[in-house]
Amino acid sequence: MEKCELAIVGGGPAGLAAALKARELGLKEIYLLERDNFLGGQLVKQTHQFFGSHKQFAGIRGIDIAEIFKDKLEDQPEIQALKGAVAQGYYEDDVLGYSYRGKFFKLKPEKTILATGASEKMLSFPNNDLPGIYGAGAVQTLMNQYGIIPGEKILMIGAGNIGLIVAYQLLQAGIEVEAVIEATGIIGGYAVHASKIRRAGIPILTYHTIKEARGDEEVESAVIQKLNENWQPVPGTEQEMEIDTICLAVGLTPKVDLAIQAGCQMAYVAELGGDVPVRDENLQTSNSRVYIAGDSAGIEEATAAILEGELAAASAAGEIFPGNSAIAQERREIKEKLADLRRGPVGEHIRRGLARVRRNQNAGRDRYTRSWKN
Amino acid sequence: MLEETGIPEAGKIEEKLPSRERLEQGPVAVFECFTEIPCDPCYYSCPLEAIAEFQDINDLPELDFEKCTGCGQCITNCPGLAIFVLDYNYSEEEGVVRIPYEYSPLPEEGEIVLALDRGGEVAGEARVERVQYAEKQDRTAVIWLAVPKEQVLIVRNFKRMED
Amino acid sequence: MRIKDHPILDFKRGEKITFSYNGKSISAYPGETIASALHAAGIRKLTSSQKHQRPRGFFCAIGNCSSCLMVVDGEPNVKTCVVEVEEGMVVEEQQGKGDLSGKV
Repeated sequence: MEKCELAIVGGGPAGLAAALKARELGLKEIYLLERDNFLGGQLVKQTHQFFGSHKQFAGIRGIDIAEIFKDKLEDQPEIQALKGAVAQGYYEDDVLGYSYRGKFFKLKPEKTILATGASEKMLSFPNNDLPGIYGAGAVQTLMNQYGIIPGEKILMIGAGNIGLIVAYQLLQAGIEVEAVIEATGIIGGYAVHASKIRRAGIPILTYHTIKEARGDEEVESAVIQKLNENWQPVPGTEQEMEIDTICLAVGLTPKVDLAIQAGCQMAYVAELGGDVPVRDENLQTSNSRVYIAGDSAGIEEATAAILEGELAAASAAGEIFPGNSAIAQERREIKEKLADLRRGPVGEHIRRGLARVRRNQNAGRDRYTRSWKN
Repeated sequence: MLEETGIPEAGKIEEKLPSRERLEQGPVAVFECFTEIPCDPCYYSCPLEAIAEFQDINDLPELDFEKCTGCGQCITNCPGLAIFVLDYNYSEEEGVVRIPYEYSPLPEEGEIVLALDRGGEVAGEARVERVQYAEKQDRTAVIWLAVPKEQVLIVRNFKRMED
Repeated sequence: MRIKDHPILDFKRGEKITFSYNGKSISAYPGETIASALHAAGIRKLTSSQKHQRPRGFFCAIGNCSSCLMVVDGEPNVKTCVVEVEEGMVVEEQQGKGDLSGKV
């Protein structure tokens, strides 16, 4: 069994940033496990320029941020970045098992950073299992990663940032977007994203939901319906749209399987997307060997994920090299950057969620923590 | 309302515009940026320091119209594609709206296109006066649309005739 | 169908390869996943639900949802949304939970 200072699970923005920061702060034995055959996570399909700070990655397209990370990683032979390495389990003796090229390996890291990302939420409606009904991320994967047209005519459900951005990307790929519908009365995503697709003529219909999908072997149409202010369907407002693809952008939920296996105390925090590990301000979970970062710590966006990855790495490094004031300083600086990012009105729900997870209000609802970790 | 439709209402747009006098003096940028989001590349893109320094990364950009020359450096540096340059007195009859554009293929200079307003409705015809697409623009083109003067404050997009 | 002209992305596709799907020959490009190559060929139904035999395609395309499991070169339960297509690969629709006999 191999030992190492730090294992990072997940090669998306949080994991990549964590690996590079850990190396920068002096760690030498670093494993980065990525289940896909490529690094970058969801960055590889983000064709738009990022917001955030000019001093970080603002103004750079997500696809290019992925390349920047990959280039930096190539200069760091101490980081064992394994592509196609699937973490299979975190065991009670703090051993991380993973499969790689058809074989099973065991790794005993002093510290582990979980940066496993998120999965897309489904929505209940009749025939929601028909082929042609995809998560927004799946549509991005098809068109931006593989260059394949997901459909000819799309109905987008959800006007948060992902729904709006993917609608725009569909237009860029030359695909018709019939409408973006949103069940609440407010467009949740940034106004600039909404305006971009509005001025291209795409209607954004608030207080609208999908009543059902229709089709035999594949989706052939969708029935949408108005909702009133109490979110009740308004009879007689059903409208059938001929589309061949329905794209669901109705939120994400953190992927926390390994955190649960590691015995991390969990809490349900709606603002962060669901069950997340309870952690301190340095992203250390109740299992002191395990840190959490990025979307698996709470649904946010890539800029925050990058900073969280760096923070988790600095926290882990701080424990491996105790009393190192440069590392402590680094940690303070990253935390300041994160606070800046979350300070405005759009960061309000994240601040609320983080306050809740830190106060650990929902410990009583912890459904997972196993007794052997007490 | 902007939050309900994605189309900024007239009052909101008004607040972002320079004075009539400044508009008629020559090219000037307008920032149709209405939500406080963590984003600051525009500040760093301006060679004339016409954008007030951000106290907080979530601040809305504040442009000093007197310093702005309408050079357009900021257009492609806005990740939200929310900056336009207006040249009201481009010619006797026409004004020009410079628009960030990320679709393919790009229009030809001289091409007649359909001018669209903020809601994507056809406002009339426009002529593509210039297509800027330099390496440093990072794949965001800037299209100069010549439109009747009264449409300078209305036109924010276009579509090609054959589409 | 594949995207030919994109304002931001430049798809560098290599030499065409072919694989078989339910006995039919399908062309693809190296680097594409099995599911995306099938999608490009207009095939979106990848499997059927086990109980009610309802047609199913993928939902997530990144290996989370398991709605794209197919039999690949005789091996069942392959996540076709993340496994890259290869020249000569034999891809078949899976019936039920898949047959592992002779594979373990």
